[in-house]
Amino acid sequence: MEPRATADPLLVLERAEKSFGPVRALVDGSIELFPGEAHALLGENGAGKSTLVKILAGVHRADAGELRVGGVPLVFNGASDARDAGVSIIYQEPTLFPDLTVAENIYMGRQPTVAGRRIDRRAMNAAAREVFARLGVVLDPARPARGLSVADQQIVEIAKALSLNARVLVMDEPTAALTGVEVQRLFSVMETLRADGAAVMFISHRLEEVYASCQRVTIMRDGRFVRTAPIEEVSVDEIIRSMVGRDLDALFPKSETAPGEVVLDVDGIGEDGVFSDISFQVRRGEIVALAGLVGAGRSEVARAVFGIDPRSRGRVTVLGRELPGHRPRAAMAAGVALVPEDRRQQGLVMDMPIDQNMALASLDRLATGGLLRRSSERSLAVEWARRLQLKFGRLGNAASTLSGGNQQKVVLGKWLSRDPQLLIIDEPTRGIDVGTKAEVHRIIDSLVADGMAVLMISSELPEVLGMADRVLVLHEGRITAELSRAEATEDSIMRAASGLTSGAAA
Amino acid sequence: MTTSTSAPRSAASSRTPLKQRVGGVLRARETGIAVLIVVVFVAATAKNEAFASANSVQQLLLGASLIALLAVGQTMVIVTRNVDLSVGSVVGITAYVVGMSFRDNPDMPVFLGFLIGIGLGAVFGAITGMVVTVFRVPSLVVTLAGLYLIRGLDGLLVDGVIINPQSIPREFQRIGYETVLGIPVLFLLVLAVVVIAAYVMRSFRSARDLYAIGSNPAAAELAGIPSEKRVFTAFLVSGALAGLTGALFVALYAQVDVTAGRGYEFLVVAAVVVGGVAIFGGSGTVVGAALAALLLNTIDQALVASRVSGFWTDAIAGALLLGAIAFDRSLSLRIARRLRSQEGAHRDV
Repeated sequence: MEPRATADPLLVLERAEKSFGPVRALVDGSIELFPGEAHALLGENGAGKSTLVKILAGVHRADAGELRVGGVPLVFNGASDARDAGVSIIYQEPTLFPDLTVAENIYMGRQPTVAGRRIDRRAMNAAAREVFARLGVVLDPARPARGLSVADQQIVEIAKALSLNARVLVMDEPTAALTGVEVQRLFSVMETLRADGAAVMFISHRLEEVYASCQRVTIMRDGRFVRTAPIEEVSVDEIIRSMVGRDLDALFPKSETAPGEVVLDVDGIGEDGVFSDISFQVRRGEIVALAGLVGAGRSEVARAVFGIDPRSRGRVTVLGRELPGHRPRAAMAAGVALVPEDRRQQGLVMDMPIDQNMALASLDRLATGGLLRRSSERSLAVEWARRLQLKFGRLGNAASTLSGGNQQKVVLGKWLSRDPQLLIIDEPTRGIDVGTKAEVHRIIDSLVADGMAVLMISSELPEVLGMADRVLVLHEGRITAELSRAEATEDSIMRAASGLTSGAAA
Repeated sequence: MTTSTSAPRSAASSRTPLKQRVGGVLRARETGIAVLIVVVFVAATAKNEAFASANSVQQLLLGASLIALLAVGQTMVIVTRNVDLSVGSVVGITAYVVGMSFRDNPDMPVFLGFLIGIGLGAVFGAITGMVVTVFRVPSLVVTLAGLYLIRGLDGLLVDGVIINPQSIPREFQRIGYETVLGIPVLFLLVLAVVVIAAYVMRSFRSARDLYAIGSNPAAAELAGIPSEKRVFTAFLVSGALAGLTGALFVALYAQVDVTAGRGYEFLVVAAVVVGGVAIFGGSGTVVGAALAALLLNTIDQALVASRVSGFWTDAIAGALLLGAIAFDRSLSLRIARRLRSQEGAHRDV
């Protein structure tokens, strides 16, 4: 179906701005959605897509700009305002009531009633069944929502949107957690919605899905609108160039090192439904990056190597010693350290003093006769605070008092003080300001220059390109490309990460 | 479109039996408890046939009634992911106030006794609900504080003066011992409350909201459910029912001292959990909770009739509680695992 350019747009967002403190998440968020179109919104992580979605959802209020729905200027002050205006959001992982039935989830608070305001279950289930029939899916309205697959949960959300007469459906990376069959089903549901004259805004990192399901595409970069075009008028190359198109700068110091002996040897590890057939090596003096989209299985691979998550197949060897699965302590004893993705939840005990956090991974070495002396914790922390140039008030202050970058340094210090042979670092600079970012990069670079092996996971392509000696690209739990430093470009990584392996296998 | 109907084939084919199994087990909870009650009853009668005498059965039903009544209110609270530990103390103080009112006003009509009990209980419930929702203090802490605070007030009020049967009008006491067709009136009263509550919890939007709040608080907020108002109401009702229980305590025992209602809160929570109400909210029925109250009391009495040491009663109640929790937990783990491997197989296709 052609987007009817002659028709009036259902929803227009013009020059929306949004800042969080000093961070400008959205500088120019603009999009026009017409009835009957599926419209892709594309951009790298951090391009401002999520912020734009949250403005449409009524979760965030734009600082500036205009929003018109059906030609009427509106301001959404909450999720219910957006809903009343006919805008529904389908999140990647919907939030349902697991204990209630599918039909109750759809009609919560709006259950059909009979005399005396009693809920009419039969009518409610029938209405739900009718909505599912319109969508062309089979789902039992009377079953509990607990145990529904993510795909079915999304269908429930879409059914809810439909029963609310939503005209605009925003789907935020709905396919990230779906299987091939489920994606096809979602596309046919989108088709139905479009045929009814609704507008669907679709966010996906998988370009082949965009080509398969959308008529127009809007590209964003660094919080700004770049362009909108009919899908048939833009090539994959053009889209990728519009999405990334920026220069790498001196943010990434990189010393030349010659890789030495193999430190980490991963041989064919796999875990059902998470990743499969993962093999690679990391040598002394080398940074190997795991790249890929959110949900591709990067962190899961790292966690399985370290032994936090189980793996059912394959072998992991560190310096010739095979690691048992699911035993982080064995990995630590073999000289492996893991700096997790989420430092607030997994890396630090936020309410604990800085020095105790730093010593936390070394308690076995610091203790004498099972007892811990405060002073030994303190001296370890003093040493690493100096080496990492930590900026802090007092070492006795809670870790939560530090800035994000300095928190990351504490996590680094905690693991580096164990003198690891292999450092696994997940999103080393997420949410850190540019200055500290460069410092963290310098620290990693100097460690590698001293012969450490580093396995790095990063969603930021510039960081991958700037730091890594080799790049392994994951797509849906499999390695789709192994690129040398010379081969790795934003283009080749994005292709492999989107599953377009033909261009990246070289 | 035709492809889409066949699309979830692998999921649908393996999911339907799973779903039936889950639904079956949930329904089986009430049935299972009922069966257990019968088993315990038969076993106890085999050991001591006096256990099946009309008088003994009446005592059995009466003994379970007060806890079953409290379990109704407690279920409403726990379903919202809260807990009300103050109910035992509320029973104690309302019982004393009701008894005191009759002592000081011998001509007071019977219905006023109930009104005083329910009203006073509702006041305590409202205060608890207010602190929980307005000041966002965890209900465990608030009601634990309430437990001791109200018990302290009760002690000050009683001050060593026991209410005795002479102070309670015959009219009021009759509710405690009168029977209809051999069934105690008090038990029928509680049964009526359980039936009404079960119906309300199933069929009214505001009651379904309680389940939604406990099932996923964030989603409840997004769905526009007035969570605070609903949680407040749950505490209000729980308090009012505790007040009613206090009044019935007076009718049943006609004697009130400072120990009245002591320890009830834990009997009630135990009954609710054994009855299949998830302690983290979202699921469970008042019928299951009330039946479990009857089960716990039947076991208690059966052990007494079999001349087993009273300590066994507590130990068995504890074991039953652990069993119920372990059962729920292993069930949900098993479902999660099956779904995960199922999805894994799915993805590798």
